[in-house]
Amino acid sequence: MELLLVLVIGLLYAAGVYLILRRSMVKLLLGIMLLGNGTNILIFLLGKITKGKPPVIDEAYKVFQEIYADPIPQALILTAIVISFGLTSFAIVLLKRVYALVDSDDLDDLNTPEEEEDL
Amino acid sequence: MIDNHILAPVFVNLFAAIIQLMFWRKTVTQRFLSVGGSLLGLLVAIRLFNKVYHGGILTMNASNWDAPFGIVFVADLLSVTLVLLTSIAAFAVSIFSSIGLSRQRMLYGYFPIFHFLIMGLHGAFLTGDIFNLYVYFEVIIISSFVLMTLGGRKAQLEGAVKYMAMNILASTFFLTGIGILYGITGTLNMADLALKIPSVQNKTLVGITSCFFIIGFGIKSAVFPLYYWLPSSYHTPPSAVAATFGGLLTKVGIYAMLRVFSLIFIPDDFTRNLLMVIAVLTILTGVFGAVIKTNIRRLFSYLIVCHIGFMVGGIAMFSKIALMGAVFYLIHDIMVKTNMFLIAGLIRQLRGSMDMNKLGGLYKDYPKISLLIALVLFSLVGIPPLSGFWPKIMLFQEAFSQQQYVFVIALILGSFVTLYVIAKMWAQVFWKNPPIQDNIDDKFAPMQPYKKILMVLPVGILATATLYIGLNAEAIAKIADQIATQLIDTRPYIEAVLGKGN
Repeated sequence: MELLLVLVIGLLYAAGVYLILRRSMVKLLLGIMLLGNGTNILIFLLGKITKGKPPVIDEAYKVFQEIYADPIPQALILTAIVISFGLTSFAIVLLKRVYALVDSDDLDDLNTPEEEEDL
Repeated sequence: MIDNHILAPVFVNLFAAIIQLMFWRKTVTQRFLSVGGSLLGLLVAIRLFNKVYHGGILTMNASNWDAPFGIVFVADLLSVTLVLLTSIAAFAVSIFSSIGLSRQRMLYGYFPIFHFLIMGLHGAFLTGDIFNLYVYFEVIIISSFVLMTLGGRKAQLEGAVKYMAMNILASTFFLTGIGILYGITGTLNMADLALKIPSVQNKTLVGITSCFFIIGFGIKSAVFPLYYWLPSSYHTPPSAVAATFGGLLTKVGIYAMLRVFSLIFIPDDFTRNLLMVIAVLTILTGVFGAVIKTNIRRLFSYLIVCHIGFMVGGIAMFSKIALMGAVFYLIHDIMVKTNMFLIAGLIRQLRGSMDMNKLGGLYKDYPKISLLIALVLFSLVGIPPLSGFWPKIMLFQEAFSQQQYVFVIALILGSFVTLYVIAKMWAQVFWKNPPIQDNIDDKFAPMQPYKKILMVLPVGILATATLYIGLNAEAIAKIADQIATQLIDTRPYIEAVLGKGN
């Protein structure tokens, strides 16, 4: 299980970095999303995928070891997912607006010279 | 000492934003609420600063969970100093934007978002939990995305794409670092991390994790290979927004670096050399970028990059005097950089342009305002006895005693080219005759007197703060000295969070 997750994380990070380095805005967005998901799985993996890690209680007491997993990584991932959901929806709207204005998907075209309207 | 008033600056801004949302599209009410809220925030911040300065570090456990388990808020001197400076800057910017900003932007919720941004900044400075720091970083960047795109002009949106992509990437790196850190230590509380990191066996993994934090915070604070999003986006939003960004957002990155590298990863030789190389290259690229720019705000953007290098250099040397210099420079930089962008907005209001080739003759038309601006420019350059001079002395002294001669050269070069750039700007904008006389779009002269005063007042407030920092440098140096002591000897911080027993 660990090995599989490690491979998935590596794949997500590599694909994310590759897509971010492309010139297309859509690929930039996809790359950011893949990187975010890779990070979430990384947190999940590093929180150790075992059962017997109940929160707060010291390991020496050996209680609740059958049922409870460490809840913190799950809480972290939940928070990270919610945040990246918000960021991604904003990014989609922004990129759509930019596409409508610039009429191009190429990041290299985003070089409009200064226009000054108000302050 | 437990004190629930720590969160007051956060809550004041949160409720200011929420109450303003109730007055959606009522811009006059929102303006009053914004200035009032910022003033209240400033008073609360002053009170908190006084408490911590005289009474030592304060902590607060969220929901009364004990320290390593729950989220803890810590107000040490570094945090409260930055909260105070942020509040001063926010007060000035909210006055400036209530007069200078177009009604169109206010209608779409400029003021509530501005207060959410300030709330995020306060929270980031005050939290003692590294994941909570990440969450506040996200609050900051989401608010800043909205502020940056508000108005929807083409150049603005294009700048926002670069800004957004780099900042989300930085957060991803930061989060990856946090994940690994939790994996190797099993805690997220920064004080607890400080205790557990030294006993981790796998030192290489700790080093690699610290690199994730360097990259994450490096993008936020715009250091050498990662800075290019800043000059290509900061010139696009309105000046009031650019002032908040330029004065405060990059400095959060520096704050996070100071916190993480003093508390969790004590810099070893590799980290120090890496930071030193970054610092030198940041100063050089920033300052040479500034030389060729003719738009005032682009020029200021590169100067932000340049001066970030000074602070990173201070962190790289990591001795008491170097940290004093870095902290003092941080204090000076927040005030001056915020003011610089407000000044750019003021110049735009006076002349209708921010291109140096199209400007000129400001001194002849507005001598008093020009002299006020000159004071700020002199502080930026670091003419003694103004505020930019003192931290540079400390950095020079420490660079010599640590034999970091390359950094000394970069410091000298950075300071001199800054002087050259500012002198060029002064000559072009204020002294030279305006190129085409009939084309001046002066929005300032026909304004009502009270608006004129409110427009210049924020620049005056920040200039007074700068002047105070410069002329009363002894008091500021004392604060910087205490902060540096707390950064090097983290014992009091850890005891305040975890109790005396640890």
